[in-house]
Amino acid sequence: MKILVGVKRVVDYAVKVRVAQGTVELANVKQSMNPFCEIAVEEAVRLKESNIAKEVIALSIGPKQCTETLRTALAMGCDRGIHIQTDLRTDYMELQPLAIAKLFQQIVAEKEKPDLILLGKQGIDSDCGQVGPMLAGLLQCPQVTFAAKVESKDNGFLVERETDAGTESIHIQTLPAVITCDLRLNEPRYATLPNIMKAKKKPVETILAETMGIDLTPRNPVLQVMEPPPRKDGIKVADVDALIDKLRNEAKVLA
Amino acid sequence: MPFDVLIVGGGPAGLAASIKLKQLAGDSLSVCVIDKGSEIGSHILSGNVFDPSSLNELFPDKDWKEEVESATGSIATPVSVDEFLVLTETNSFAIPNLFLPPQLNNHGNYVISLSQLCRWMAQQAEELGVEIYPGFAAADVLIEEGIVRGIRTRDVGLAKDGQPKATFEPGVELRARQTLFAEGARGSCTEHLMDEFNLRKGPQTYGLGIKEVWQVPKEQHRPGFVQHTLGWPLQSSIFSKTFGGSFLYHQEPDLVLVGVVVGLDYQNPYLNPYQEFQRWKTHPAIRPHLESGECISYGARVLNEGGYHSIPTLTMPGAQLLGCGAGFLNAVKIKGTHTAIRSGILAAEATHEALTSEGVDPVSETFEITTPPPHVKAYQEKYEASSIKSELYEIRNTHEAFARWGVGPGLIYTGFSTFITKGREPWTLAHNKLDADATAPAKGFSPIQYPAPDGKLTFDLLTNLQRSGVYHAEDQPIHLRVKPELQHVPTEVSLPQYAAPESRFCPAGVYEYVDKKLVINSQNCVHCKCCGIKMPREYIRWTVPEGGGGPQYQRKERTTAKNAQENFASHHDRKKEAAQAKDNEGKTSEERPNCVNQQYISYDIKGI
Repeated sequence: MKILVGVKRVVDYAVKVRVAQGTVELANVKQSMNPFCEIAVEEAVRLKESNIAKEVIALSIGPKQCTETLRTALAMGCDRGIHIQTDLRTDYMELQPLAIAKLFQQIVAEKEKPDLILLGKQGIDSDCGQVGPMLAGLLQCPQVTFAAKVESKDNGFLVERETDAGTESIHIQTLPAVITCDLRLNEPRYATLPNIMKAKKKPVETILAETMGIDLTPRNPVLQVMEPPPRKDGIKVADVDALIDKLRNEAKVLA
Repeated sequence: MPFDVLIVGGGPAGLAASIKLKQLAGDSLSVCVIDKGSEIGSHILSGNVFDPSSLNELFPDKDWKEEVESATGSIATPVSVDEFLVLTETNSFAIPNLFLPPQLNNHGNYVISLSQLCRWMAQQAEELGVEIYPGFAAADVLIEEGIVRGIRTRDVGLAKDGQPKATFEPGVELRARQTLFAEGARGSCTEHLMDEFNLRKGPQTYGLGIKEVWQVPKEQHRPGFVQHTLGWPLQSSIFSKTFGGSFLYHQEPDLVLVGVVVGLDYQNPYLNPYQEFQRWKTHPAIRPHLESGECISYGARVLNEGGYHSIPTLTMPGAQLLGCGAGFLNAVKIKGTHTAIRSGILAAEATHEALTSEGVDPVSETFEITTPPPHVKAYQEKYEASSIKSELYEIRNTHEAFARWGVGPGLIYTGFSTFITKGREPWTLAHNKLDADATAPAKGFSPIQYPAPDGKLTFDLLTNLQRSGVYHAEDQPIHLRVKPELQHVPTEVSLPQYAAPESRFCPAGVYEYVDKKLVINSQNCVHCKCCGIKMPREYIRWTVPEGGGGPQYQRKERTTAKNAQENFASHHDRKKEAAQAKDNEGKTSEERPNCVNQQYISYDIKGI
């Protein structure tokens, strides 16, 4: 079985982003692999370690620094990487989920033909969660999102899916299929130093996005990007009556 | 994993050594640099007014300023004004430049971001073939049969109680024919080496530097303005023995780098270096530089002040000490970067000679280490013959003069020594006391009332701490270890006798006493190393946490929508003028690269 894993390079989750020039500022900001993509890579590598999969390929779309993200995926255990190079911003400002899904579709349908596509459930920059479902739609194949457990079953997979109402068990009977990974699926391994060194020798292929013949223009114009308004100072009230008065008349949370 | 040369620490000294080694040896020696920060530059904090002499030696054919700017967006601003003030609570007096020691003349120097310079140096090193691995912390030094063999990186995936988690990975041994330690001031591996090999001849004395980066409106900005002050608030009389002062540098396009350095040999246990810094900003000579601006970054780090007499033996079998880890900072010049780079160059030269003359096939070819790592004494000899030693020798007694007699006599002695004796005076003012032992019992002092923060010019510690980007993975053992034989010191010595100075000197709010018990908030730690130095009885041993944690100092350049365009426009205009001027001189003007990596995208704001 061949697995394709999507890895996205995003602003590091510990960084506090700021708005500049009407958009999120990316210059000199620390960027690293999307945490949900790390979980997807970990799951793919575990499937390979339990001999369900034979080859794991990591795919990343973005500027030339994406090769660093791919190296991390390779250090975690992927076999090779594909880098679709573009300078368009992948945080929804320029490259949006439909275009990303179409780029994935071409790689899946025409180039690699994997049996399983593992993606993170959403990118922490755009928070859309759309590439997985859109890709499944374009490929006309089964999809399970928010996977909390993935097990091999017959010739497919038994996936536990997290929803607000509880957990569903879904049996994917035919492949290829798309699974997007949620937080509780696994805890990603550390990329150890020996593995990082070995990853340098694993092949990474670069394809220029413009040469793929796909229309990448964004469908949804971004009208405004702004920081959340600063938190207003709290006030102290003199007694309980004043508090009730404010809750009833100003905040309007009491009848 | 064997290398020819392993360098611990990706700061200016370590990177300079790696670059020089590759310039000398090409591919014939394998060179590896490891750094505990998540990226090169994440743990680099410095003023910084940079003396480029040693960097120019390293790269004689490069215009480092242009390259740093196009690679990182950080602009090296030539120093235009050098101001030295003595402050009183309400007033300030400028010391005319002609009375200042020549070391303080910054003509030809640049205001830079050292963090960004290191990032650029790392790119140069990688292009030359150096393997750089940030995010890996050197936890233990491998010493076998009295020879340093390399280091072991820290285990990762341990839970807070020390038990391995599912993600546990043991540390990895990195072995080399020569290991260069360039960890910066009070490096953790370096401290261990000092003990193992008896390298220290006398104690080192340190200062704690706390820094903020501000972004200010164009009208207030004076590119290249450099100011140092003494006096208020640290010194209230001319015999005050609290050493320290402030710095304030204007860097293009719109940044002001400010900070305060407090000598850690201070006596008053109620002294709070962070609060001294905050109240210094309110002084009428300082406030106008920062008003209407925005504080965008914060950090802290100790620096060496002991100078020449505190430098340990630099070599041992298998290893050498570089940069601030050895203690080459020139406290009168207030600079250590140029000496760090120079020490990296000298160590590389000595190491290259030693390894290529052994007659042994290098690790880069055989992938094994077949002979014991040599003791490269040539590095010590090169240091003795170098400008590092001569410039530090000239000022060798100045810091101790401050410590013994106070700031007024210290200044007089510094003048005497820098203008007249240049270190040749026939006496040595030896420094013999640990900074931790200089703290006096609390009963001789009373708590200092510091003003409350106003949220615009001055800030509370935790708000500011956020601006350092500090982050550590939560579930890991606490890296600040109370020494086993000193377990009683926090509650029986520090709190009752000294009123818990650690709850005041830590610039990250790590140490507090809750219900008379010590609480260590290790996730706040910005790796400044102050605690290991100033704790009563030095009861804390600073060890490395999981690699990749700690502060994230790289992010400096930041533009707000309102002042961005103007600032960059004026900078571009100035560059165009400079390019024009060069053109007119008949020299070719190369196309100036874009100064920032940012993309200026304008969005049509429809209907809003």
